[in-house]
Amino acid sequence: MCLAIPGRVVETFGRDGLLMARVQFGAVVRESCLEYVPQTKVGDYVLVHVGFAISRVDEEEARRTYQALADLDQLSELDAPVVDDGTPRPDWEGESGEVSGRVS
Amino acid sequence: MKYLDEYRDGTIAAKLVDEIRRVQTKPSVIMEVCGGQTHSIVKNGIDHLLPSGVELVHGPGCPVCVTPLEMIDKAHAIARLPEVIFCSFGDMLRVPGSDGDLFTIKSQGGDVRVVYSPLDCLKIAQANPEKQIVFFAIGFETTAPANAMLAWQARQSGIRNVSLLVSHVLVPPAIETILSSPMNRVQGFLGPGHVCAVMGYREYEPLARYFHVPIVITGFEPLDILEGVLMVVRQLEEGRAEVENQYSRVLGPDGNAGAKSLVAKVFEITDRKWRGVGTIPRSGYRLRAELADLDAERRFGVAAIDTLEPEICISGKILQGVRKPHDCPAFGTACTPMHPLGATMVSAEGACAAYYAYGRHLEQSTLVAIGGDK
Repeated sequence: MCLAIPGRVVETFGRDGLLMARVQFGAVVRESCLEYVPQTKVGDYVLVHVGFAISRVDEEEARRTYQALADLDQLSELDAPVVDDGTPRPDWEGESGEVSGRVS
Repeated sequence: MKYLDEYRDGTIAAKLVDEIRRVQTKPSVIMEVCGGQTHSIVKNGIDHLLPSGVELVHGPGCPVCVTPLEMIDKAHAIARLPEVIFCSFGDMLRVPGSDGDLFTIKSQGGDVRVVYSPLDCLKIAQANPEKQIVFFAIGFETTAPANAMLAWQARQSGIRNVSLLVSHVLVPPAIETILSSPMNRVQGFLGPGHVCAVMGYREYEPLARYFHVPIVITGFEPLDILEGVLMVVRQLEEGRAEVENQYSRVLGPDGNAGAKSLVAKVFEITDRKWRGVGTIPRSGYRLRAELADLDAERRFGVAAIDTLEPEICISGKILQGVRKPHDCPAFGTACTPMHPLGATMVSAEGACAAYYAYGRHLEQSTLVAIGGDK
């Protein structure tokens, strides 16, 4: 239930009044909201759950947690489709293949 | 002992198991609350590694599993509406309701979309102003801050075509229900690490005191779980009943103040029905009255939908640690991950699905032993 995935903050920015970041998880980079860990800087490691960083961790913790999640096949939420600002993405709409975007 | 070699650091695992064996003098029944822990225990065979007197039972901590059937039916009723774009975490798409699942609705022309973050719904709403965007806001405390931010931002930005179908549940009331049951066997708990990263663990202290049970907040890696078990067994042997933190490298007693603050602004405590268990008082969240216009149940008039669950399924007893998946006549036959009858089979974190995924539905005699004894 509710496992968070560790990643490394590669860029921070603001959008719609929210503190946001691009966070790298293995080979995947996704947007995450930093509102709940506002002191986070580029290069920090954060635990991210459904696009929200909930805690900061050190690099060693991030590495072993990431590996443990990979062992448990618990990284598939990262495969959920990317929603661009205002632009529908026909390449994923209508696809009915892989189930991704795990919440638990 | 063949499992030990598979651990990243088998030496530490072996030491922890030896220490549990040394400390333990009487049988103990320990429940892991979190579905991620259940998955890790079954996948890594941790329950087989422990001395026979230490029994692990699997708790209700999978949000996909405990979302009640009637809430699934409400989601489906909304997702079928032509004006709706229904957004959900991917896990919920294959959870069957009374009539098919969200994949079925999608294949029949419904606009059902998997999102990574609840905030994705705001982008979809802005790109589709003529549509109603409904987000299936399920989860435990870990997910609540993310879902709360969707409601908060929708209100702050004045985006009116977004609403939330809220089915949020909370861990402490579930523990209280398990401990209050006359059938209860659980003597100690491994508490949920990532839930407590948000909430902290002070709210578990009254439970530990009142019911005199050890609660050890624990991570989900194999070594975390073994250490958590050792800490519970030590407390049981010494007659202590405290909240301890095995996962201190990730969390402290108070959790994430910013996250808790926004959750409290958006949600309030309410009674919630749990699949397989029934209604637990004050066990979940609903939108606060000030945000009630964002409530999809009201916006789409589905609040009255009520669904009965299949009688053969014993998932309620499994979720409370009274029975194991093998005890169910339907396990692995009428009930499989492709055709789940009940809560604990619907997601990979459910006890039945985890047992099934790792071959626990097979007869012992059909398993091939590899590498000597055990």
